[in-house]
Amino acid sequence: MSNGITTLPPTLKANLLIGRWIDFSSNGVVTLRPGKVEIGQGIVSAIAQIAVEELDIRYERVRTLRVDTTISPNEGSTSGSRSVQEGGESMRQVCAEVRALFLQAAASKLGLDIDSLQIIDGRFQTADGSVGVTYWELAQTVDLQVQANGHARPKSVSTFHTVGRSLPRLDILAKVTGGAFIQDIELPGMLHARVVRPPSFKAWLLELDDAPIRQMPGVCDVVRRGSFLGVIALREEQAINAMEALAKACVWKEQPTLPTPEAVHSYLCAQKSEDELLCDISTPLIESESLELQATFTRPYLAHASIGPSCALAWSKGTQLEIWSHSQSIYALRDEIAKLLDRSPDTVVIRHAEGSGCYGHNGADDAAFDAALLALAAPGRPVRVQWMRDDEFAWEPLGPAMVVKLNAKVTREGRVASWHEEIWGNRHIGRAGRFPGPGLLAAWHFEPDTPVPLPADMPLSMGGGSQRNAVPYYDFAVKHVVNHAIQAMPIRVSALRALGAYINVFAIEMFMDEMAIAAGVDPIAFRLRHLSDARAIGVIQTVARMANWQPSEQGNGSQGRGFAFARYKNIGNYAAVIAEVSIDHAVRVTRIYAAVDCGCIVNPDGVLNQIQGGLIQATSWALKEQVKHDTTRITSRDWEDYPILTFSEVPELKIELINQPQEESLGVGEGVTGPIAAAIGNAVFNAMGIRVRDLPLTPERLMTAMND
Amino acid sequence: MTQQLSFRVNGEIQDISAPANTPLLYVLRNDLQLKAAKFGCGLGQCGACSVLMDGRRTLSCETPLWACEGKSITTLEGLGTADHLNVLQKAFIFEQAAQCGYCVPGILISAQALIDQNPKPSEAEICAALDANLCRCGTHVRFVRAVLRATGQLTETAPV
Repeated sequence: MSNGITTLPPTLKANLLIGRWIDFSSNGVVTLRPGKVEIGQGIVSAIAQIAVEELDIRYERVRTLRVDTTISPNEGSTSGSRSVQEGGESMRQVCAEVRALFLQAAASKLGLDIDSLQIIDGRFQTADGSVGVTYWELAQTVDLQVQANGHARPKSVSTFHTVGRSLPRLDILAKVTGGAFIQDIELPGMLHARVVRPPSFKAWLLELDDAPIRQMPGVCDVVRRGSFLGVIALREEQAINAMEALAKACVWKEQPTLPTPEAVHSYLCAQKSEDELLCDISTPLIESESLELQATFTRPYLAHASIGPSCALAWSKGTQLEIWSHSQSIYALRDEIAKLLDRSPDTVVIRHAEGSGCYGHNGADDAAFDAALLALAAPGRPVRVQWMRDDEFAWEPLGPAMVVKLNAKVTREGRVASWHEEIWGNRHIGRAGRFPGPGLLAAWHFEPDTPVPLPADMPLSMGGGSQRNAVPYYDFAVKHVVNHAIQAMPIRVSALRALGAYINVFAIEMFMDEMAIAAGVDPIAFRLRHLSDARAIGVIQTVARMANWQPSEQGNGSQGRGFAFARYKNIGNYAAVIAEVSIDHAVRVTRIYAAVDCGCIVNPDGVLNQIQGGLIQATSWALKEQVKHDTTRITSRDWEDYPILTFSEVPELKIELINQPQEESLGVGEGVTGPIAAAIGNAVFNAMGIRVRDLPLTPERLMTAMND
Repeated sequence: MTQQLSFRVNGEIQDISAPANTPLLYVLRNDLQLKAAKFGCGLGQCGACSVLMDGRRTLSCETPLWACEGKSITTLEGLGTADHLNVLQKAFIFEQAAQCGYCVPGILISAQALIDQNPKPSEAEICAALDANLCRCGTHVRFVRAVLRATGQLTETAPV
């Protein structure tokens, strides 16, 4: 706020026309067009809830439309736990302005003072309700084709009646009764397609005789462009049969371009890198006697591993190409597809439809381009492409493997005197539309040796990527952190939930534990003496109370507890967790306590759902998950090779939310993922006295660490 | 190759003409437009395609059509609809037991198969029965609570 004018949120500034966000054309219904997409996080419902608050209508009156490039504002990607901050704040301001416009119109229509009117479920009325007029009655007279200008101010927190309540999500009924997903869309006369991907990252299709496959039942066409290969059939199982036959008929040239699995981390550290100094604070303490510790932490390549493999539909209609996609970046996808097909973006329409949970950049965008290519080969007919399970495991962009090396000194009095940290790995954001080179998978297969763009990171001030949470949130006198962003990409990588924060927090919080123990200080007390942020201290004290944490408590050889803390991105939500583990041959997490402060809570149950999901998914990463490969191919291509946590393995969860109604709402889905991994690692040490610094914490890793 | 087969789906007799080795999943989804059973892996590993066959949980992605002859198949659509939710669906909504929701139809089917056999399953029995269904979002604790609620074993009126 300045001069009574509200500063417009960035995604509203980029889409000023109010009528792009909302309309009242359907009687009794408010139609919202958020630019953020539902990816299972309940965001569309949270945005609806914010709109309800500002407009003073019942929740049941809201209808939300899916993002569509012909009608929706362009709010960029739905990612990085920024959706409530960006999409929610923009919708809040839009609705505040809409409310002000209607209030003025109502006052003038009724011949009454604005101050004499209140809004009850969309009706502007006098205190006794005897005189009034609704949004819908006024809709003809209020022009929403105007630009947001910041003259209206959203409600103050003290008057909230809807935000802060656990309203039910709008999308759940459809999900418990059947078909709610892109995979379930049926278009008239729809054909079914499959793609046949190369067996490895750099493989090239040398020979293919597709004549027998073209004769198979139902096959309409085999589409080939370089090493991009797809098949279109009348029925789905016919497309699958033809895909299998094609895969057998292909002769590929493959190259062993991958490091051996054992050497991945030394490979990363040996690559040419772009080096970036992330933090260089040097205010030396008066030199006192100190202990020096060093350690190396690693994470493997991780899969998003959506339960439903990627899917898309496309329909070439004259000059227009319509595509349905579960992409998180609808507009960027449109522009990239237009670029790759050498056509104007005006001729490409993308409509969002929900996919299976993605947790980052999975195969969604690539499947959309596959569908586009295949639909262009079948003009006039809609074409549905469904990736198979192994397409997703082998070709989705993976969460990058990384290495973190730490070296620090801790004084005898238990203060960190210096902290030196280096991280290695790929940058994390490979989403289409950010690079001049082709950003979608199929385009890399048109010509041999097409260079694949290296991913990028956001600047640290915007949350970073590989370097996310690399700088410890603690007050250290000497803090020196360097990122080595490697310039090779042996395995395709891109954004996976929390990006680098998962390993960076794991490393920092494991190492803080090591230092605390080396200095003979309780791990929680040790953190607290290096923190000055009251909200950080708040979540830590809360979780310690919840778990009845005892100073320097000891495990018993097979059971133990560990603590960890992080402020996500160092600018987002605060999370402190305590994990309880029980170890026989494998680590089992039996209970997790978590305290989270994500500012002003829009929907407590929605926040809880996201935290539960983050804790369980990251427990699965930490205990079980790593992509397998040899020197040529990804070899983990099904759920047996890439197991995830099952129901019987899921820990009991105890979560407390610290609501801060006066603070900005902060995203919540990703913040606990780093802390829970570290808390498990610390609990293993607490139980058994061994440090396992390489993720995941498998039985083999435990054995190796015990033997060291 | 194409054969005529006849079996019941959600109580109605369906005559299907398709190759006998066609996986049931595609017939349900494409011929009968019953979209609740999902393609997840096609390998019988994830449970997203679960249906009931003569009351037993069955993976439709690896059940060939010939194995359905004369059988009675129930999909999620046969358990309840938006207008007539069954007790499990109501409990799932009450507990807001979904994130992305892709695995939910398969979970509901497995839960139904469980409570048909065991009307008051313990938490451990619920987990064991659902172990063959994968969930990636981490909604497990809500699914378990929803099954407990559907079987009258939770008394609080507010979720969580």
